[in-house]
Amino acid sequence: MAWLEVVAEKCVGCGACIKACLYDALALEDKLAVVKENCTLCGACLDSCPFEALVMRKTEPPAQVAESYKGVMVVAEQKRGQLQSVSYELLGVGRRLAEDTESSLSAVLIGDGVDSQAQRLIAYGADRVFVAQSGTLGLYNDESYAAVLTRVIREQKPEIVIAGATCIGRALIPRVAVQLQTGLTADCTGLDIQEETGYLVQTRPAFGGNIMAMILCTRARPQMATVRHKVMKALAPDENRKGEIIRVALDEKELATRTTVLKSVEEAADTIPITEADIIVSGGRGMGSTGKFSVLFELAKALGGAVGSSRSAVDAGWVPYAYQVGQTGKTVQPKLYIACGISGAIQHLVGMQSSDVIIAINKDPEAPIFKVATYGLVGDLFEIIPRLTQEIKSRKMQ
Amino acid sequence: MNIIVCIKQVPDTTSVRIDPETRTLVREGVPSIINPFDMFAIEEGIRLKEKHGGKVIVLTLGPPQAEDALREAISLGADEAIHLCDVAFKGSDTLATSFALSAGIRKIGAFDLIICGKQASDGDTAQVGPGIAVQLNIPQIIFVRRIEEIQEGAIVVERISEEGFDVVRSALPALISVVKEINQPRLPSLKGKMKAKKAEITKWGIAEIGVDPGRVGLDGSPTWVEKIFSPPEREAHEPWHGEPDDLVKKLADELEKAKII
Amino acid sequence: MNYFLTEEQQFIREISAKIAKEKILPVRAELDEAQEFPWEIVKVLADSNLFGVYIEEKYGGTGGGVLDLCIAVEELSRVCGGISLCLAATALGTFPLILFGSEAQKQKYLPGIAEGKKIVAFALTESGAGSDAGAIQTTARREGDYYVINGTKQWITNGGEASIYTVIAMTDKARGSRGASAFIVEKETPGFTFGKKENKMGIRASATRELIFQDCRVPVENLLGKEGQGFIVAMKTFDASRPGVAAQALGIAQGALDEAVTYARQREQFGKPIISFQGIQFMLADMATKVEASRALVYAVARAVDRGETKIAKESAMAKLFASDMAMQVTVDAVQILGGYGYMKEYPVEKMMRDAKITQIYEGTNQIQRTIIASHLVKEQAGRK
Repeated sequence: MAWLEVVAEKCVGCGACIKACLYDALALEDKLAVVKENCTLCGACLDSCPFEALVMRKTEPPAQVAESYKGVMVVAEQKRGQLQSVSYELLGVGRRLAEDTESSLSAVLIGDGVDSQAQRLIAYGADRVFVAQSGTLGLYNDESYAAVLTRVIREQKPEIVIAGATCIGRALIPRVAVQLQTGLTADCTGLDIQEETGYLVQTRPAFGGNIMAMILCTRARPQMATVRHKVMKALAPDENRKGEIIRVALDEKELATRTTVLKSVEEAADTIPITEADIIVSGGRGMGSTGKFSVLFELAKALGGAVGSSRSAVDAGWVPYAYQVGQTGKTVQPKLYIACGISGAIQHLVGMQSSDVIIAINKDPEAPIFKVATYGLVGDLFEIIPRLTQEIKSRKMQ
Repeated sequence: MNIIVCIKQVPDTTSVRIDPETRTLVREGVPSIINPFDMFAIEEGIRLKEKHGGKVIVLTLGPPQAEDALREAISLGADEAIHLCDVAFKGSDTLATSFALSAGIRKIGAFDLIICGKQASDGDTAQVGPGIAVQLNIPQIIFVRRIEEIQEGAIVVERISEEGFDVVRSALPALISVVKEINQPRLPSLKGKMKAKKAEITKWGIAEIGVDPGRVGLDGSPTWVEKIFSPPEREAHEPWHGEPDDLVKKLADELEKAKII
Repeated sequence: MNYFLTEEQQFIREISAKIAKEKILPVRAELDEAQEFPWEIVKVLADSNLFGVYIEEKYGGTGGGVLDLCIAVEELSRVCGGISLCLAATALGTFPLILFGSEAQKQKYLPGIAEGKKIVAFALTESGAGSDAGAIQTTARREGDYYVINGTKQWITNGGEASIYTVIAMTDKARGSRGASAFIVEKETPGFTFGKKENKMGIRASATRELIFQDCRVPVENLLGKEGQGFIVAMKTFDASRPGVAAQALGIAQGALDEAVTYARQREQFGKPIISFQGIQFMLADMATKVEASRALVYAVARAVDRGETKIAKESAMAKLFASDMAMQVTVDAVQILGGYGYMKEYPVEKMMRDAKITQIYEGTNQIQRTIIASHLVKEQAGRK
């Protein structure tokens, strides 16, 4: 059982918690906060109380965590035999976690003809690489990949498993977690080891980036987490690093599936994808139309960057969905992000606020985007951007 | 064909405001809505029913007021609504939630297709869909952007990938999760609203779906929210006002200083 | 203010507001600029059952009345007073059918209208017959089982886009206004064509066009009411439809007020938001008061019509007159509050001001409304004596 408790001696009836609740589940009665029936135990109110009068209580069942789980495992991702860069980023954070837990870092690579790639994983930090290869494993498949990965985890018993929050990862990892009956935390932006307990502290945004949650997996092993591309940093590869490559024996039964990929189509993009770009020029509602995006393309060209957008520009049909930055679009972390005519809704901010430098250009000096901007320019973007493009071009010439 | 659409009621995170003075988030009075991604799932379910016949059952797990979400789904064209509602479900994480939902689906009985939205906008995990598929031991196709065809016991769809899309065939029954490109959800109709007002909503607790209380709620959840905190603020400077020419020059100087250009 | 609307009416408001925000807002500026008829919005309104809110259930509507229609039109006009007209003008063209149509005519036409599959237009005005409706030149000559219509109607809202037209034509010119009759004319009837599309100041997303009848043969069963009843049809139609125009004006004004308040709270001058200046506060307070007074009058008249009040010509004229003059004042003030920005097309208030103007002109100019009101004042006193 679990419940949210109001510590009567501490509560002063200030009502701060009521403002923090998204579900209207807190109220004041006789100058005391009360928890209503519709409380979902989300915990969003806990830090709102200046008097620490809100406490989440639960009756803890006996710990079922087996001691035998040890080490950190990274699920590597490949497409057409090529490792995806998220895998290197996972090894970067995995290496640190392995050191903090005084254990080793392994990687699992599933595919067909991926031998050469296994060595790359070692260069980027893996101590051991489990390679599962088969002609039928060339293309990703939910059922066979999940079956193989589940078995490897059951046999190797890692304490921590981390994977990319990619299209594949988001389909595969939840399956594996449920098969293992363990917890999974998606889209972590921070992974650390809690000193006292040794638990993996998984930090992630929730409620559209409105709050951050620290999540622990206390009752089952392994502790599983996914991380979006570009959130963690890869280590510099060391081609002389030594490691072990272990072949995973496959069982025909594991490879049987009820789904088939009939074809895999790449949709050509004529510009750098925004997730890879070092400089992004983004447009929002203030752009007004598709045609007016041309000023952004010109600036992006001058800077050697890509063009992105907020959700409202996509919803208005001015640019395709692939351009969208934010909670329901892509997370980006460029060196420079230029937000043009973007007011800065929280959903947009969560997708770009880890950029190194943010420039905001907006007519409205009150726009929330200025709260995260390194440089904010108040004014008409159609006057500013073309001048900026010109200025950059002429400075580059010098 | 019988279609089950799993939905979730969420706080409308787009209406969370930032208090301009304290710069804290104002969450009070945020309305509850159907998870925006689930609107695409409901729409796709109704379109499939309109094309192939059968019925659409909407299923949710949530507190008593989640009934509003089910009524809205009926106003859009869903035929039946089932509400998994029990204090024992409180605090369920994605594992416990998918366990309870799959138990609810077993009680519903035969179905051809389960449709989920890509993810819920409050948790953003995208884990419950695959979780249900595993617990029911049916195939899944995650992030579907188009249904190409449904024929004898199989479905062919386009599933998005980072580079484009895959065309995938799956045996039925199966679970799919859909992305926003799949359709444009209809708006509620007046007749639908009037019908939904009177509709009967089935309510099931843990006894009705026959699950052990230890498998749901916080007790059935391996993960635990240790702490909630507000996102750290970036260091920001006061915005500049002035003539465009001056602003541009000042900015270019700064960028040059920072070695960005 | 709580007007104690029925649950159904509250749903109508909710649905209309949602459509306005999600579907109309993103396209209003573009359709205004391009003078494009909002067919996609028609589809949305149809799917949401809004075309049937004032039509009886047995004909496929939802059984509401003029107030239900007014709520929908108001809410849609709050975002775009041009787009909302596809519904309001359809209702104008449909009232003759509801009020004077035979059972057979109703069964034939109302279900398609209620479903939103058929758009309707009302055709009275001609180049030489505006406020002076008695000067109509279009004629309908009986020839066996047909009436043969000849003439040109001008400035017909929904013209060209509608599939059903209720047309007033003279069956007996010698009898003056008692010689007019009303007909249902379907699009595609031989001899019925369309003239030029007008280039308008406002309500540009609505279609305004000439209707040209050249020996257009219409079957006798398309006569609405009796021969010679044409003016009664028109006048009774206006009694029912004027609250709708008033609701359009009301919605436009409410939209402009919303914009003005939002802007005044954001815009800073002399170091504080301009809403903190009394000059602005007084303007906004007056605007809001006028809007609410109009709403109270419009709803009251609409309710009276729905409850069966037939002697409503004076109050119906008052609602239209008051709401449209009010909309003009409020939109002009909204532009003023937004200052230079208000004058620019990037902000919606200049469009609202353009849209508001027509509500003082069509369905009887406000000068005609005043003469109607005055004539009733005279009659009332004369009757009492």
